[in-house]
Amino acid sequence: MAEIVIENAVKRFGKFVAIDDVSLTIHDQEFVVLLGPSGCGKTTLLRAVAGLGMVDSGRVLIGGKDVTYLPPKERQISMVFQNYAIFPHMTVFDNIAFGLKMRKLPKETIRERVEHAAKLLHIETMLERFPGAMSGGQRQRVAVARAIAYDAKVLLMDEPLSNLDALLRLEMRAELKALLARLGATTVYVTHDQIEALSMGDRIAVMRNGKILQVDSPTRVYDLPTNQFVGSFIGNPPMNFLRGQVRRENGTVKVKIGTLLIAPPEEMQAALGSYEGRHVYIGIRAENMETLDRPADDTLPVKVEVVEPLGSQNLLTTYVEDNMIKISTHPDFPAEVGGQVWLRFPISKIRWIDPETGEAITPDMETILA
Amino acid sequence: MTGRTYEQSKPLMTPAQTAALDAQRRRARLGHNLRRGSIYALAVLLAIWILLPIWLITTMAFSTPTDVRAFPKHFFPIPFSTQTLDFFLNTQGILNSTLNSLVVALLALVISTVLAIPAGYAIARYLFPGRDAIRLGILSVRAFPIVVLAVPLAVVFIRLGMFDKVHSLAMMHAALTLPTTILVVASVFTSVPREFEEAAQIFGCTRMQAFWRVVLPLAVPGIAAAAILTFVLSWNEVFAAILLTISNRTLPAQILYTLDKSGDPFKFAGGFFMLVPSLIFIFFIRRYLFNMWGQITK
Repeated sequence: MAEIVIENAVKRFGKFVAIDDVSLTIHDQEFVVLLGPSGCGKTTLLRAVAGLGMVDSGRVLIGGKDVTYLPPKERQISMVFQNYAIFPHMTVFDNIAFGLKMRKLPKETIRERVEHAAKLLHIETMLERFPGAMSGGQRQRVAVARAIAYDAKVLLMDEPLSNLDALLRLEMRAELKALLARLGATTVYVTHDQIEALSMGDRIAVMRNGKILQVDSPTRVYDLPTNQFVGSFIGNPPMNFLRGQVRRENGTVKVKIGTLLIAPPEEMQAALGSYEGRHVYIGIRAENMETLDRPADDTLPVKVEVVEPLGSQNLLTTYVEDNMIKISTHPDFPAEVGGQVWLRFPISKIRWIDPETGEAITPDMETILA
Repeated sequence: MTGRTYEQSKPLMTPAQTAALDAQRRRARLGHNLRRGSIYALAVLLAIWILLPIWLITTMAFSTPTDVRAFPKHFFPIPFSTQTLDFFLNTQGILNSTLNSLVVALLALVISTVLAIPAGYAIARYLFPGRDAIRLGILSVRAFPIVVLAVPLAVVFIRLGMFDKVHSLAMMHAALTLPTTILVVASVFTSVPREFEEAAQIFGCTRMQAFWRVVLPLAVPGIAAAAILTFVLSWNEVFAAILLTISNRTLPAQILYTLDKSGDPFKFAGGFFMLVPSLIFIFFIRRYLFNMWGQITK
């Protein structure tokens, strides 16, 4: 068992608060991605788990043991660094064997484990080489092999793919995901690449300004962001946010976007009712809007400003009042610059956002349960 | 001229315009060649300035004593002879002082390196109170010429009764070279990425073990360069050596002491003998010196 528990962790660098009272539980064998823009504290949090930078207050537990102030070697962890940190004065074999030699394992065991790890990463023919004579991708494999061979219960990865070129990163992403699933180590993976996070993690913890904004499965983080930042940080294109006015008609709450009146679902009535007479943001993904080429009921006519053919989809840019929105359509959809299309907003795909706090407006729990 | 008018005029250029452009281009090329040529001329002059005395000393050292005394001097050591050098090496006290020089230089090297490694590492890696003051202190010591530093140091050494011994001069030289060595070693440690150390710690090392197993092996070439620098400095240093030693003179002190009592062959041979070790050492460490000064080598 290697559950990682972070409790109320705080880390300051001078006056700058890098981690601001963060709590997070990572279950045994789970793959959690820490995602956020640079400077959000994700690497600092990972280093607190690794023991390379102790927290100022709060606790870190690994496998039920309080490791908050233990040095890295007593934490049973293994790590892949952003710049790989492969020792240039050792051969690939010695690099992978480094941790095992420090543990004073028998020579035969070391050889077996190194060869096994090297095979998994397809570098078994390069064991006698020095890192200086290897490409970035190969060094990356050595770094992963070294981390795997150490056979720790917890595997920490600090932007391991960020130094690879785009094609290699794509290839390595899938390979790494398959490999890590087989190993079953509890994994914490830091990245600023939202696609990497979505494609690899069991859960994603989205961070900003030292705080965790949302911890959820990739689909939930993508479809149901808990606030505007998460919605706009994740997904390409980012989530659209349209201003809508909340009003009451015949006793039910409606939200008006341009000329269109949307009836929010039953459970949102009470929560949105409190915004009556004010604005809310309607968050919706580019691909979740229905696009029609002729008028229909419950649709909003918009003028197409830009058409970007992206192969698998066409991306349309339009404006509703002052809000720019991006719509993803099928490549065959007939859209022309300056032409008109009609949008339908499926209620179940809408995220309602408080324009002041940026937080998602959550339904009233009592109405759901009733 | 704006980009636009240029585009328009390009296909429509008159012969006069073409000629003007050609002339302009020729002038630019001439200017470029002149600048390049003058830089090379300057470099050649500088090289001659340095190499000519070295060549002269070498030529004289391998000529017969008669030829050395003759005037004008030869430009090539013909007839070739080791007689001058033999005479120099067999002079009373030379062999002894060479041995002294060697011991002093090696001792100074060891003392200064052993002290500079922890000091340099601390400056490179730790944020401790007074770090900047210490760095500035070290740097400002370097700003003084050895002559200025040697006098007060020698006074302290003599007061402590540490004089006329090989080890006291070694300590003096170590003290004189320590600032340089510390700064060089610190810059070497700074160039070893911190991630290496952290990786070592993750994979089972204490900080100390991480230093021994990963940082030090990576820093060894640079540290060796700094150590050799100490050796050369000590080998060549004469001022402190004269102040601090009487019976156990080092080679430069001995040569300087007997210089006015000896003839030209002795001087040239002595000069040559002093010159060679420095040249050899500089040759070996020049790569690290270049790195130290941030030059990009191909």
